[in-house]
Amino acid sequence: MMPKMSVNLAGVSFKNPLITASGTFGYGREYENFFPLSTLGGISTKGTTNEPRLGNAVPRIAETPMGMLNSVGLENPGIDFFIKHALPWLLQKDTTIIANIAGSTVDEYAEVASKLDDTDVYMIELNISCPNVKQGGAAFGISTKSAQMVVSAVRKSTKKPLMVKLSPNVTSIVEIAKAVEDAGADVISLINTLLGMRIDINNKRPILKNNVGGLSGPAVFPIAIRMVYQVYKAVRIPIVGMGGIASFEDAIEMMMAGASAFQVGTAIFTDPYTPVNIIDGIKNWLFEKNIDDINEIIGSVNEW
Amino acid sequence: MVKEIAKIVKRDVLKGNTYSWILQCKETAKTAKPGQFVDILVEGFNLRRPISICEIFNDSIRIVFDVRGKGTAKMANLLVGDMVDMLAPLGNGFSKMLPGQKLLVVGGGIGTPPMVELSKHADFVKAIIGFKTKDAIILKDDYEKLGETIVCTDDGSMGRKGFVTDALRDILETEKFDRIAACGPKPMLKGIKEIADEFNIFCELSLEDRMACGIGACLGCQCFVKSGDKQLSARVCKGGPVFKSNEVIL
Repeated sequence: MMPKMSVNLAGVSFKNPLITASGTFGYGREYENFFPLSTLGGISTKGTTNEPRLGNAVPRIAETPMGMLNSVGLENPGIDFFIKHALPWLLQKDTTIIANIAGSTVDEYAEVASKLDDTDVYMIELNISCPNVKQGGAAFGISTKSAQMVVSAVRKSTKKPLMVKLSPNVTSIVEIAKAVEDAGADVISLINTLLGMRIDINNKRPILKNNVGGLSGPAVFPIAIRMVYQVYKAVRIPIVGMGGIASFEDAIEMMMAGASAFQVGTAIFTDPYTPVNIIDGIKNWLFEKNIDDINEIIGSVNEW
Repeated sequence: MVKEIAKIVKRDVLKGNTYSWILQCKETAKTAKPGQFVDILVEGFNLRRPISICEIFNDSIRIVFDVRGKGTAKMANLLVGDMVDMLAPLGNGFSKMLPGQKLLVVGGGIGTPPMVELSKHADFVKAIIGFKTKDAIILKDDYEKLGETIVCTDDGSMGRKGFVTDALRDILETEKFDRIAACGPKPMLKGIKEIADEFNIFCELSLEDRMACGIGACLGCQCFVKSGDKQLSARVCKGGPVFKSNEVIL
């Protein structure tokens, strides 16, 4: 018998625990050239704001050992375009669609969320952790007070299940996690990218035009595991873990640390088939280990 | 667009730092068009290397690349018989050459390769290729086989001394062309765009930028294009790498 792969987050069902991470998968169209989107447990769409945004100046990509920096800065066509042109197509794809949203003000977050309330999107992921724009991200995610403020406001503006994506660029991720849980988050996702920087020594210029950017990829994986593990012990709501997952072993490790599901991002750039390989790898591993249900491994780490 | 495992069937060092590969890749060769690119995975690196397609054959393609960093240095160590994981063919290439059209190619440095295949499709082609110095000249023979080729060097160590844009202007003042295809450093492309506007010639420019996904999903690369009175954001990897010079903003 094939093991059960489906997981449930705040009443929303995912056929498997793999969700493609926001910002790495656009609105899904490009990757359909490689595999059917119905293979995926879910898709978290590119962070979308109320008005269209052009993002930061290029270069906004820099490679790093075992990872990369990006400073895209929330380039997106705006929520109205998303609802009209991207979402209806995605909702036909037999996978669970999560709309990732961002804003410059609490009101903008609430407005974008309320616009999504009238759609059939399954869940909203609140990006309060983008490190690349002054407003619309980190500014809200780095203090318990502002995180709580924006989550409360969005909570009032939508009935959709609410996932809140946390920044690792904080002193205590546990405090922020508890604060957003108290404010009404249904699910917590972590980690967004870590603020980083590279400099070209030949011209003394930062490689990114934005000077600094978000670090992702296998380099951040141990940090993500540690943070998920800490947050799992501190909150009651489910966790979606992400940060550097590139193989099925990484994904299983993330779930053992406490994640009920996980997101894959940067590894898709290395190989577009990474999501398919991870899903197949988990299935085979569960089968070999005689585990009937993937939910059994969530938080199953045996601490010393 | 596919992921294809290609085999290096020929490998040449064109200059100290510049390599030429013929890659056996049936699927890519079948659909590739002049001006498109491939995105190559290098073992041990997370991001692929976007490299323009230089020539297209029945079941293989040719690429020419410079060693620019650690990733391309590792590529340079690969040998005939080694396999290469690539996404290909990617992006929008040059417009199709129409019968009778006269093509003027302008290439600068490692921007010289992308127009070779297009030139093969032209009934008449003239090429202006520019390099810093004599020792950096590549693909001179390839272009000379296809048409008259003007070599420029910044230091005058071979051919005409000075920039390709000066040669371009001189040629256009005496000879008519239907279109220009160009690739090279941004200041060079800016100059070509101005000259193309001035002489009112259809002109396409191949751009580059740092990329992550290579297929239009991550929004890592970006340039701006004019649409009426508006400036729209475009993806170099998907909308380009080839843009019409009267649309792209440099």
